Amino acid sequence: MGEVIVVTSGKGGVGKTTTTANVGTGLAKLDKKVVLIDTDIGLRNLDVVMGLENRIVYNLVDVIEGNCRIKQALIKDKRYNNLYLLPSAQTRDKTAVTPDEMKQLCDQLRDDFDFVIMDCPAGIEQGFRNAIAGADRALVVTTPEVSAVRDADRIVGLLEANEMKKTQLIVNRLRVDMVARGDMMSSQDVVDILAIDLIGIVPDDENIVISTNNGEPLVGNDSLAGQAYMNICRRLAGEEVPFLDLNAKKGFFGRLFGKKK
Amino acid sequence: MSFLDIFKKKTVSSSNIAKGRLQLALASDRAGCSPEIMEKIKNDIISVISKYIEIDVAGLDIKIQQTEGENGEGLVPVLYANIPVKEIRRG
Repeated sequence: MGEVIVVTSGKGGVGKTTTTANVGTGLAKLDKKVVLIDTDIGLRNLDVVMGLENRIVYNLVDVIEGNCRIKQALIKDKRYNNLYLLPSAQTRDKTAVTPDEMKQLCDQLRDDFDFVIMDCPAGIEQGFRNAIAGADRALVVTTPEVSAVRDADRIVGLLEANEMKKTQLIVNRLRVDMVARGDMMSSQDVVDILAIDLIGIVPDDENIVISTNNGEPLVGNDSLAGQAYMNICRRLAGEEVPFLDLNAKKGFFGRLFGKKK
Repeated sequence: MSFLDIFKKKTVSSSNIAKGRLQLALASDRAGCSPEIMEKIKNDIISVISKYIEIDVAGLDIKIQQTEGENGEGLVPVLYANIPVKEIRRG
C-alpha cells in the first residue's frame, strides 16, 4: 500500500509545485511507482513544470465527476514510465471537489502506486482542505523569510488540528552567502521557530529556473538543488541521508558531511 | 559597504531581527491573541493598577512571549508585562 503525501506551504510562490515535481521525479528515479496530483483547481501549473502540458485530455475534476476512469486521466511522464500526472482542471474552481472525494481518490490510487504526491494550492481554504484530506504525510515548504515562515506556522497548526500523522519541513531557496553574513535566517533558525522535523534544505539555485523553462525537473543531477531534492527523495524512501553541507566555502558546495542536521 | 564599516561593530544582524520578530508574532498568533486584544488587555491593566499605584503608562510593555516551561515541556507561551511604577500612593 502506497503512501499519500501532500506538499503544502500556506504562502504562494515558495516552491510547492517545483518541490512536488522534483520529489515525484526523484522517487520515480529510485524505481518507485509514483503519481502526482495537481490539486490547484483553476490555477494548474504542475503540468507545465513537468513538461506535460500538451498531453492533457482529462483532469482531476473529470475523474471526481465520473466523466472518465482514473487510468484515462493519468498522463505518463516523458522520461520515466513509472511516473504519472493527474492534472488539475483549469476552467473550474476549488468547490468542484470535496475533501471526502479527494480522500476516496487517494485511497484508490494508493493501491496501485508506491507514492501519491499532491501539490496543494496556496491558502488555507477549501483547496487546502481538499489536498490534505487523504494524506498520510505533509511536507511543509517555506523560504527563510518572515512572511513564508509565519504562513508555514499557520499551516503546521492546521495540519495538527486535522490530525496529520506526519509533518516535515523543507526549507527552500536558502541563500548560503546571505546566511553567512547574517542577512537571512538559517535552516536551523526556521526549525527553531516552527519546531517540526526537517526533511530537506534546498539552496537557491538558478538551475531551477532553467529546468522549469525546459519542463524537466532537475532532481538527481549535479546541481546543488538537484542533489538536495534527491536527498529528500531518499529520506522519503526510508534511507538515512546526511544533510548537504551548504555552509562550506564556495567551491566546496557539493561536499557531503557525515553530521545529521 | 565602505572600508570604514569593517571597523564598526556590527549591531544585531537582520536575520536575528527576523527571528525575534517572528517569534513574537507567532507567539501571539498561536495564542489566538490579536494586537487589538492585547491593546484592550493593556488598557484594562492600566485602569486596574492605577487605582492603587501610579504607573508610567508610556513605559508599560505587555506582550506574549515564549519561555522554557517548568516541567520540561519545551517552549510555552507566557503573558509578559513590564509595568514601571512611579509612586506608591499612601493611604
